[in-house]
Amino acid sequence: MAKIVVDVMLKPEILDPQGKAVAAALPRLGFAFAKDVRQGKRFEIEVDGEPTAAQLADVEKAAEVLLSNPVIENFTVRVEK
Amino acid sequence: MKIGVVTFPGTLDDRDAARAVRHAGGIAVALWHNDADLHGVDAVILPGGFSYGDYLRCGAISRFSPVMEPIIKAALGGMPLLGICNGFQVLAEAHLIPGALTRNHELHFLCRDQKLTIENTNTAWTSSYKQGEEIVIPLKNGEGAYMCDDETLAMLEGEGRIIARYVGENPNGSRNLIAGVTNEGGNIVGLMPHPEHAIDSLTGPSADGLGFFTSVLKALVK
Repeated sequence: MAKIVVDVMLKPEILDPQGKAVAAALPRLGFAFAKDVRQGKRFEIEVDGEPTAAQLADVEKAAEVLLSNPVIENFTVRVEK
Repeated sequence: MKIGVVTFPGTLDDRDAARAVRHAGGIAVALWHNDADLHGVDAVILPGGFSYGDYLRCGAISRFSPVMEPIIKAALGGMPLLGICNGFQVLAEAHLIPGALTRNHELHFLCRDQKLTIENTNTAWTSSYKQGEEIVIPLKNGEGAYMCDDETLAMLEGEGRIIARYVGENPNGSRNLIAGVTNEGGNIVGLMPHPEHAIDSLTGPSADGLGFFTSVLKALVK
């Protein structure tokens, strides 16, 4: 069984108040390393066997239509073993 | 005139929207998210709330519910369609209105009476107002920051498609203080604040919101 992973992130020019809140919380806990934090979503889609090219094309389509909103978000699709 | 009010699972403001329609002199028709047809209504309101629990993105699941198919088709053919708050998010997800609604810039859920100016009175939902009129109606949202790219913003400003703007401090981080937007034809309007909660002084902060509902009745008679 393989996993198709879709990562969805707000476009860089879109303000991410949640990421900002996380970035502000880190130094309060003593973690001083973060210059910036952006928060996104990760979808794990399980398929039987090795994903086919057609399945991956369908996932791309689903990511564009449903999993992300292309007005404000970018996405990437990859296969995880 | 029959105005359909859609109830999705998680919709909150359908009853107030139907009451506003009746108060304005129209007939309110309840539409369910699973309906395949629009029961002969002349216009549709997508009310506020948290349809499908706001899962994935606000409005993203509702946008694909069965009732949206005939609504989108009719609205593209000129039927008046108003999306309030969560309904505005559904319109944006359906790409009937350009842009998107994102989380309030200060992260807090807002609930307050908000002053707006009406900036375009040539839509199916705003003709009862005067150009530049100031109104006060409730604003209550967690994801009400209107976002779009610079090109879209310039287009909306240039074509006068921003129908309402917040007055004073920006409540939620919306670009150019945008509270409401219309489509090219002026029949589809998305609005973040809630006119249906302000139709009489007994139950709302004012009666200023009633104009959205009297406007559409006028538009349908024409």
